[in-house]
Amino acid sequence: MDKIFRVDMSKLTTSIEDVPAKWAGLGGRALTSTIVAEEVVPTCHPLGPNNKLVFAPGLLSGTAAANSGRMSCGAKSPLTGTIKESNAGGTSAQQFARMGIKALIIEGLPKDDKWYGLHLTKDGATIVAADDLAGKGNFAVIEALEAKLGKKTGVVTIGPAGEMKMAMANISVKDPDSKIRSHGRGGLGAVMGSKKIKYISIDSEGAPGVTVADPEKFKQAARTFAKALLDHPVSGEGLPTYGTNVLVNILHEAGGLPTRNFTLGQFDGHDKICGETMHDTIVKRGGKPKHGCHAGCIIQCSQVYLNEQGKYVTSGFEYETIWGMGANCCIDNLDDIAEADNIMDDIGVDSIESAVMFGVAMEAGILPFGDGKGVIRLLGEIGKGTALGRILGGGTGHVGKAYGVTRVPVVKNQGIPAYDPRSVKGIGITYATSTMGADHTAGYTIATNILNVGGYVDPLKKDGQVELSRNLQIATAAVDSTGMCIFVAFPALDIPECLPALIDMINARFGINLTGDDVTNLGKSILKIERQFNIEAGFTNKDDRLPEFFNFEPVPPHNVVWDFSDEEIDAFWNF
Amino acid sequence: MQITVKLFATFRVGRFKIEQRSYPAQSTARAVLEDVGVTEEELGILMVNGRHGNLDQPLCEGDTVSLFPLVGGG
Repeated sequence: MDKIFRVDMSKLTTSIEDVPAKWAGLGGRALTSTIVAEEVVPTCHPLGPNNKLVFAPGLLSGTAAANSGRMSCGAKSPLTGTIKESNAGGTSAQQFARMGIKALIIEGLPKDDKWYGLHLTKDGATIVAADDLAGKGNFAVIEALEAKLGKKTGVVTIGPAGEMKMAMANISVKDPDSKIRSHGRGGLGAVMGSKKIKYISIDSEGAPGVTVADPEKFKQAARTFAKALLDHPVSGEGLPTYGTNVLVNILHEAGGLPTRNFTLGQFDGHDKICGETMHDTIVKRGGKPKHGCHAGCIIQCSQVYLNEQGKYVTSGFEYETIWGMGANCCIDNLDDIAEADNIMDDIGVDSIESAVMFGVAMEAGILPFGDGKGVIRLLGEIGKGTALGRILGGGTGHVGKAYGVTRVPVVKNQGIPAYDPRSVKGIGITYATSTMGADHTAGYTIATNILNVGGYVDPLKKDGQVELSRNLQIATAAVDSTGMCIFVAFPALDIPECLPALIDMINARFGINLTGDDVTNLGKSILKIERQFNIEAGFTNKDDRLPEFFNFEPVPPHNVVWDFSDEEIDAFWNF
Repeated sequence: MQITVKLFATFRVGRFKIEQRSYPAQSTARAVLEDVGVTEEELGILMVNGRHGNLDQPLCEGDTVSLFPLVGGG
């Protein structure tokens, strides 16, 4: 029987609760957002005693369903001030699900100034002293906990950035190779740091495992689903070969690759940092071009990147990171970007927020565009918490304010990711309206605007973009609740058997009879719950806007501006 | 006429990255596809001068044609 683990850091007590009936059908984002909306005062300070940090595995996590190992983490975000859900791969989601932990809710703040760890077993949570690990980087924390508790131990940890409550701090999750995946966006690491929790260790020994109500039906649906993933050219071939970084050249060609802090749509150095070059470099140096972020992943879009000496530098070397440190900061040296990625994993900062922030820092003159070594040096300052490091660690908007920069690409104070909204207009609607602040994953219109997946909507025209973003945001909210990797959306958009198989797996797992409409309604209700939280936190439709400069600075090569009216954007919420 | 042809991802294997190639006037993007030996089924994305195009679109002197298999990421 699934349980809720609750940890009160004010009293340093833990408890186990039955799952309330109203939460029984929820998982992942649906559950974290519901709990945050029910239990967190929307106007609270995100780093104060009234915020809560919630972890929940997806509805299908812990089963044999392919790609179902994503963990959702939610809270009120210190970066955006909105509700936040950020999901990650790694081993924790499947461990939680097998241990019967429906959700972990961490509340309150300790009165003393000590650091704590949280140790989870199937029987409950224990609060332990962790001062010995304070100040350590994430890799060292994982190493220390494995040495003490065994190699199989799951680890969720924050680096120095989270300890210092920086707004771009992330939460790191151990992956199957003892490396790192991240709950990247929205500064959730700062929330964990505010609660003085350095790490969560997970011992799933003796876990009862997940019960499936109709095993035969589940097996059949799981087979159909896995086949769809492998049959689709994006999830079955493109992603495993080139990783997400295949997008550098596509966005460059389409003129939508934000370059030099969003002043250009193409990057001269694109060939040096693109997925094709990265693939060849990895193969030449004996790294792994294919790699999964969690057990049961059959897409394998991750990779292991080595340096020239053949030594590990980073894994999960993503398009967003490479675009951000590459084109956006005009750095054309893939090794420098890989080194930066390693440091960001270790000190625990979101690689998207960091990269967008560095674009603004370069415009501010803190360091020149193209200065890869400078980025590496300044990441060191962030990890040490020097005065400049603290300013940078506050994120894109923070640096823009500190230095009087007006070209600050954020929505709701969160850095805009790797697609220019002027030349890929659908994604601009997602950035503007997402309950999470600027977030490409919330409604990935790139699929249809650029990649010809799920049809085609011309990226340079306004027609159809609001509807496209709306449909994708609704579907994504539902997918984020299943524990599925969002890349299942590629086959789901094109292969008719894929989505029904996903719903059949949920039905077989719980012995229920959801229809496609039920799943759509779940997606809609999640978005509405999240939006209501934001409204009560003080947000209005005026916050659903892109920064002003997009309206009057045309982006080459197509020389287009962001030209949606307020009314057109607000129509997003007509559902 | 001279057309710049760019190939990406798996289309580069055994072919090329970027080349200037000659085609008769009035040729369409389909002629480029046939010339480089990519089938319609394999083609994921076709761009002409950075805009999504179609196979029957007539090309002009100096155009750039970019061919991608179906790929994605994010």
